[in-house]
Amino acid sequence: MICRVSSTVEYIFLAAAVFVSLLTAAVFLFLLFFGLPLLQSGQLTELLFSSWSPGKGVYGLYPMLVTSTLLAVLSMLISFPISLGTSFLITSLAPLKIRQILMGAVRVMTGIPTVVYSFAALFLLVPIMRNIFGHGTGMSILTASPVLALVTAPTMILFFVSSLNKVPASYTLAADALGGSQVQKLLYVMVPQAWPGILNGTLLGFGRAIGDTMVSLMLAGNSPAYPDSITDPARTLTAHIALTMAYDFDSMEFKSIFVCGLSLYLITAILMLLFRLMTSHVSKNL
Amino acid sequence: MMRRFLEASVSILSWLCTLCLLLSLFTLVGFLFFKGGSSLQLSLIFGNTAPLDAILLKRQVFEGIFPAMVGTLFLIVGAMCIATPIGIAGGIYMAEYCSSKIQPVLNLAFDILAGIPSIVVGLAGLLLTILLHRYFRENIIPCLFISSCSLAFLVVPYLIRSTQTALESTAPLVRQTAPALGASQIQNIFLVLLPNSLPDILSGIILACGRCAEDTAVIMLTGVVATAGIPSSAWGQYEALPFYIYYISSQYTGPDELARGYGAAIILLLLCTTMLVCSLWVQRKITTILLYR
Repeated sequence: MICRVSSTVEYIFLAAAVFVSLLTAAVFLFLLFFGLPLLQSGQLTELLFSSWSPGKGVYGLYPMLVTSTLLAVLSMLISFPISLGTSFLITSLAPLKIRQILMGAVRVMTGIPTVVYSFAALFLLVPIMRNIFGHGTGMSILTASPVLALVTAPTMILFFVSSLNKVPASYTLAADALGGSQVQKLLYVMVPQAWPGILNGTLLGFGRAIGDTMVSLMLAGNSPAYPDSITDPARTLTAHIALTMAYDFDSMEFKSIFVCGLSLYLITAILMLLFRLMTSHVSKNL
Repeated sequence: MMRRFLEASVSILSWLCTLCLLLSLFTLVGFLFFKGGSSLQLSLIFGNTAPLDAILLKRQVFEGIFPAMVGTLFLIVGAMCIATPIGIAGGIYMAEYCSSKIQPVLNLAFDILAGIPSIVVGLAGLLLTILLHRYFRENIIPCLFISSCSLAFLVVPYLIRSTQTALESTAPLVRQTAPALGASQIQNIFLVLLPNSLPDILSGIILACGRCAEDTAVIMLTGVVATAGIPSSAWGQYEALPFYIYYISSQYTGPDELARGYGAAIILLLLCTTMLVCSLWVQRKITTILLYR
């Protein structure tokens, strides 16, 4: 009796796990199924490498692809040093009390909604940028990137801290015993040991930056034209999906957003795959 | 000499970076409170309607964010009702039953699902709606139910992961005692392992609630609208706080509406940070209660 119950329960658990992993595949198949009409017509390269002008019947996603990448890279350039510095302070450089406070603050920061950041930045940062540029609305890739950096930083900091803390105590104690200062211990012992983790955290942060919708939708300006410089307003893939929803379900505009969804899916899946490969590689080597 | 300089500069730069991070955080949050602090009154939530009438659903609230708050609450409850059983069951499977051969495959699948941008999850929810509309019933439109399902997709990988790590980090002594006394695996899971890792699982659930409350991209594609009142059923359209904030930011017509937007942003901020602090507190507090009773 107990045996039968336990095998039933086990099947229920199995079903839940399999169901969720099938969902992952189902989302991909869904997108593929709906995006197929566009992909089949053999215009994939044209779709990916031409501009967006529905009036002429061209539904290229090139400007959005470029903007997404540019914005993510720019925000990582800002958030990487900041996250690294903060994680240095949290792991060793600061006094214990400050470390605890900082850690608490960073944890709370992970819970702040992106829409709240964007809302505040829209009324604070955008007017400032407008004055600096001297023209336009003030919304641009440059305006969105620091806010996006603020959104991705907590995740990266927590990841950096945990990988720096994973450095075996025998190493750090040895550095202490040799009379090394905190900075020396950090620079010559912990960072060389933890760099795969730091790289991994950066991948994770990049994935978040490319997948974020609200910051780019509210602050980047949403112009579908190809951005000539980072002070131009531009539209990311995520914002493009959100904005194109209003169109008719059978139109080409609507179909093109599935290609958007597919590319976002593939980009983040590849990032995750890299992340997994690196994690398993590192754990094998240790 | 060179190294001395490097070490000193790393130390100084780290402090500067942290200062920069905290400064920008406080500037944004402070700005929000500075602008919206004065709008934090009862009328922000209920407008001109008497609070009791609004809560008892006697009268509709027009000039307040009460419907949006109720919508967000429904969303959280709906999504968690779907996601929690699946997430915990999946987590138990991953930690206790899964063979080492398929574990990497499932792990990868969960990681990919966790990494999918929320707007793509919303898109998938929309596609589901279109399919249901075409092949199942004509009257299915983007609604509260679809949004809850999509949000559940979004948070289920996190729940699985938190349950799995909570179970896997159980001390071997705790894990092996009951089986050694003759308990079956099921008894061990339900009577020993789950209660023992309850704080971590609970904190994972609260974190997931926070994610449901803040996510805008998913609900934007699956049925949230600017004015709907309080949804009468799970098949109706609804309002939600994050979308209200977004809507105000792009469509506000006057200072009054803008002030309500600031108020809504502050309320959402407080809601999400409270949940986060709760989850951290639960993790620590219940552990202490269980260990030092």
